[in-house]
Amino acid sequence: MIITVAGEKKEYKDGLTLPELIESENVEMPEYVTVSINEEFIESDAKATTVLKDGDNVEFLYFMGGGQ
Amino acid sequence: MGIIRMEYSLYDEIVKYAKEHLPEEACGLIAGEENEEGRLVKKVYYLTNIDHSDDHFTLDPKEQFAAIKDMRANGLKPLGNWHSHPVSPSRPSVEDIRLSYDSKASYMIVSLMAENAVLNSFHVENEVVTKEDLRIYSEEYYF
Repeated sequence: MIITVAGEKKEYKDGLTLPELIESENVEMPEYVTVSINEEFIESDAKATTVLKDGDNVEFLYFMGGGQ
Repeated sequence: MGIIRMEYSLYDEIVKYAKEHLPEEACGLIAGEENEEGRLVKKVYYLTNIDHSDDHFTLDPKEQFAAIKDMRANGLKPLGNWHSHPVSPSRPSVEDIRLSYDSKASYMIVSLMAENAVLNSFHVENEVVTKEDLRIYSEEYYF
């Protein structure tokens, strides 16, 4: 199947789970990453069970913050 | 990491926006192009600091996604973020370093503590900070 990851179309096996994608994409510190699929935020507790499908558009978003 | 180039007008916009949002820290994202020679910042995004604080910032996640969507639509690559330090120097604080999770990002900090603003860009990886080679340029000529 073809999914778009961070703006790039990529081929992955059918039935790919979100944790598998995160590992395959070498996402650093995934615990601090928010994921959207087709512009919908994925709740943290749903990440482990989310299965991707053909045509999905996935974005990884790092928490960005700090203090002086 | 190569050279990071930013047009003077973008730098000027960041400084103006940050001053307008004093005493709070201001923040946003940067996007542009990247190749073997370095990065070119082509667009700056101005996001809400949801902390509304003078010593902390957190980008609004919904605005972050909207900005990323705009970048994709315009063929731009997310390059990192920027934020202001109203009363401290242009260098990452301990908290900035601790919360810098994306080693691919450039972390820009504009200091407003002195009369003239100072903008620097940093790479942070495994809590090790490296100052990046940020160059502000202008194609305008003044007579």
